[in-house]
Amino acid sequence: MFVYRSAATISPVDYMVCSHRLRWPELLPWVAIIAAYFAFPSYLALGAQVMIMVLFALSLDLVLGYAGIVTLGHAAFFGVGAYTAGILAVHGWEEAITALPVAAAVAGAVGLVTGYIILRTRGLTLLMLTLAVASMLGEAANKANWLTGGADGLQGITLRPLLGVFHFDLFGRTAFVYCALVLFAGWVFVRRLVHAPFGRSLTGIRENAARMHAIGAPVRQRQIIVYTIAAALAGVAGALEAQTTQFVGLNVLSFDLSGAVLIMLIFGGVGRLYGAFVGAPLYMVAQDALSRLDPEYWFFWVGLLLVVTVMFARGGILGVADLLRRKVMR
Amino acid sequence: MKAGAVPRQERVSAVNEFLSALVSIMFHGLAYAMILYVVSVGLSVTMGLMGFANLAHGVFAMAGGYVAISLMSRLGLSFGPAVVLAVLVVAAASVVLERLLYARLYGAGEIEQVLFTIGLIFMSIAAAKFMFGSSQQELVLPAALRGEVSILGRMFPTYRAFIIVTGAIIALGLWLGLERSQFGARVRAAVDNRRMARSVGIDTDRLFSLTFALGSGLAALGGALGGELLTIHPAYAIEHLVYFLTVVAVGGLGSIRGPFLAAVLLGVGDTACKYLLPDIGAFFIYFALFGLLLWRPAGLFGRA
Amino acid sequence: MTVALETRGLRKNFGAMVVTNGVDFKLAAGARHALIGPNGAGKSTFINLIAGRLTPSAGSVLLAGENVTALSQEARVKRGLGRTFQINTLFANLTVLENVTMAVSERLGRGGDKLRFAGSRRDIVEEAYELLKRLHLAEDALRPVREIAYGRQRLVEMAIALGLRPRVLLLDEPAAGVPSAETAVILDVMEALPADMAVLIIEHDMDLVFRFAKTITVLVRGAVLTEGTPAEIVADPRVREIYLGEGRHG
Repeated sequence: MFVYRSAATISPVDYMVCSHRLRWPELLPWVAIIAAYFAFPSYLALGAQVMIMVLFALSLDLVLGYAGIVTLGHAAFFGVGAYTAGILAVHGWEEAITALPVAAAVAGAVGLVTGYIILRTRGLTLLMLTLAVASMLGEAANKANWLTGGADGLQGITLRPLLGVFHFDLFGRTAFVYCALVLFAGWVFVRRLVHAPFGRSLTGIRENAARMHAIGAPVRQRQIIVYTIAAALAGVAGALEAQTTQFVGLNVLSFDLSGAVLIMLIFGGVGRLYGAFVGAPLYMVAQDALSRLDPEYWFFWVGLLLVVTVMFARGGILGVADLLRRKVMR
Repeated sequence: MKAGAVPRQERVSAVNEFLSALVSIMFHGLAYAMILYVVSVGLSVTMGLMGFANLAHGVFAMAGGYVAISLMSRLGLSFGPAVVLAVLVVAAASVVLERLLYARLYGAGEIEQVLFTIGLIFMSIAAAKFMFGSSQQELVLPAALRGEVSILGRMFPTYRAFIIVTGAIIALGLWLGLERSQFGARVRAAVDNRRMARSVGIDTDRLFSLTFALGSGLAALGGALGGELLTIHPAYAIEHLVYFLTVVAVGGLGSIRGPFLAAVLLGVGDTACKYLLPDIGAFFIYFALFGLLLWRPAGLFGRA
Repeated sequence: MTVALETRGLRKNFGAMVVTNGVDFKLAAGARHALIGPNGAGKSTFINLIAGRLTPSAGSVLLAGENVTALSQEARVKRGLGRTFQINTLFANLTVLENVTMAVSERLGRGGDKLRFAGSRRDIVEEAYELLKRLHLAEDALRPVREIAYGRQRLVEMAIALGLRPRVLLLDEPAAGVPSAETAVILDVMEALPADMAVLIIEHDMDLVFRFAKTITVLVRGAVLTEGTPAEIVADPRVREIYLGEGRHG
């Protein structure tokens, strides 16, 4: 979208018509994931967690990066997905794959209803309402002990082997491959969406909502749709979390998680599709390292990093990389 | 059981009990509301004036509480001077933060402001934990504020009565001082049109710093005074974030009266619902919030 | 004459301040019509009322005879209303071509497509590019809008509106902020507009107005003072007194 210098030789129309073609750096995450599977056999469980967060951050990128809706409550949908998958499993629906669309549907429905209500407002009020939705759901999960296990968390999740063959093993091999495949599907879907006219129009809404109204685009409707889609996707991420850890705690609906996913995306780069792939692993590795170095106060350093990022590296890592590359090319 | 089956005397005492519960709810609710108001009103002004999504506003309230408590326990100051000093210290510190960090983000997007202030919250939690430990800090009240006071033949906790009176005075002072004064006119002019305000000779930088200091100082005052109602602990800024933001959003950004009404509504409503319906009372605030904002998206006193 | 756009008793007040005061106005099909008036006459408010960005306090707006007062901006655009903004309202980080493609794509009802790539509709991109050529913007097609000069951004404003192929086009000060040397290009573009398109322009540049408009309406303090041909307007002593005396310098 931003690199136009290389286009000097072909016509603008050709250039734009080709803009969605797959470029080789886009395959790097998948190379890394496959490599990680073989290189770090003892960290596969962590790898699965990282990929879940990538999917979660990817869903946030749709809302925040593309549509420009700032949300402090994206964990609401992750949490709803996690509880849906967990509760299904506890009540006998032990088939993991079919639970994913159910979790997506439930989280999507929550996204649709809350989005319909709160997307009437803008700015700080909207920000606060996203936070309120998540904390209301957190309160509800806390109170509904009989369904969610309340503060003790939802325990006793058991799953049948995937496709009847692959057991969720102790080393997390199945979980890793399972998460990788779901993430891949999620990536294909989101990539298609952002390169489709719908995705372009979301960018338009973010850049200038007044103009989108003036060219006849149904702005609010599109916002509600993307909010719903992102909610469903976050729900899938939550379901994966519940299935792979076989536990759901109240933290899946917490402000901490909403904040964490926001930070991951910001570290990686917002509105770039690949910010999630860079930011989530980095955040989780950094968190892991920091919490080992300074178990009591590690989030001080996360906070500091965040302040520094906002002050000096607005585009996140990918943004800075882009800037450097352009400087070198000049 | 039918009402008629109850002996007269029991009925009278039941009515009495209900009334006394009602009075008690009003009383505790109002005290809570005043703290919410004093902390949040500064947020309303900074958000309205600078358009800054300052999620870290509660940090200043927490800091006020910690400073006041430390001044009392470590330096032996009495309650009054400790609170005043805490407000001044926090207000001064906030100006430094404003000039060094906040001011650079006035023109930035909401995302940047949100993340920046979340970063501040994280750092404040860790810093508070480091300096004061993770336990709650007890606010030791002076003897005059302990115990009960008799109002119209009923006994009330003195501390809460004190909070209500103080809160009402602050609200009145702010209303007269900001909605009616020269300073207030300047602030409002700068809110409406920053460039225009600058061109007629208003030093907007200084005005912003002053306003920011005022907002943070008020938060510190609320934090310190309300230390027994909203206990001071490291996660203070996150725990009460929804409530502070709700008061501001429902009241209307930039308004002085709005947050007062919103705080009273939410403080009393929240207290009443949690008292009368312990199981589901905690949801009151959310329903009130969604309902009110659907009815008036810009808040009670907000400009559409 | 066929009326493309009409307002009846259109009124807008913000609190006690009346900005538009019972305006009855007709725009003929294919018109070249200018709306002039001193600062604060309520011209932009009037445009925003017609476009549906503001809701009138009273009165109605009719597009080709259909009452659209209660309809959203989107619905009015679908019925053939296009507009530009007084202050550039563009997608600053997207390229010029992307800006215009967005409008063409919405006009064709493809803006909400989710599972096919935007690039798969070559015809849409080509149409947008043709439009850029017509507006002398082709060489900037792949540059982000924020990087091109303000005067050229004004042309992008018009290109986006034209991408909607409106039957009624509202131009809100198309030459505002443009150096006078460059207004010729804007006038060129305006003169090349399709003859069946009704154009209503607000403009402070009187040169531009008198070269372009066949009909002029003078708005003063939210109400219509007079309407007529440019010659009639120039001759009208009230207009000279109220408006032209101070505005001619533009």
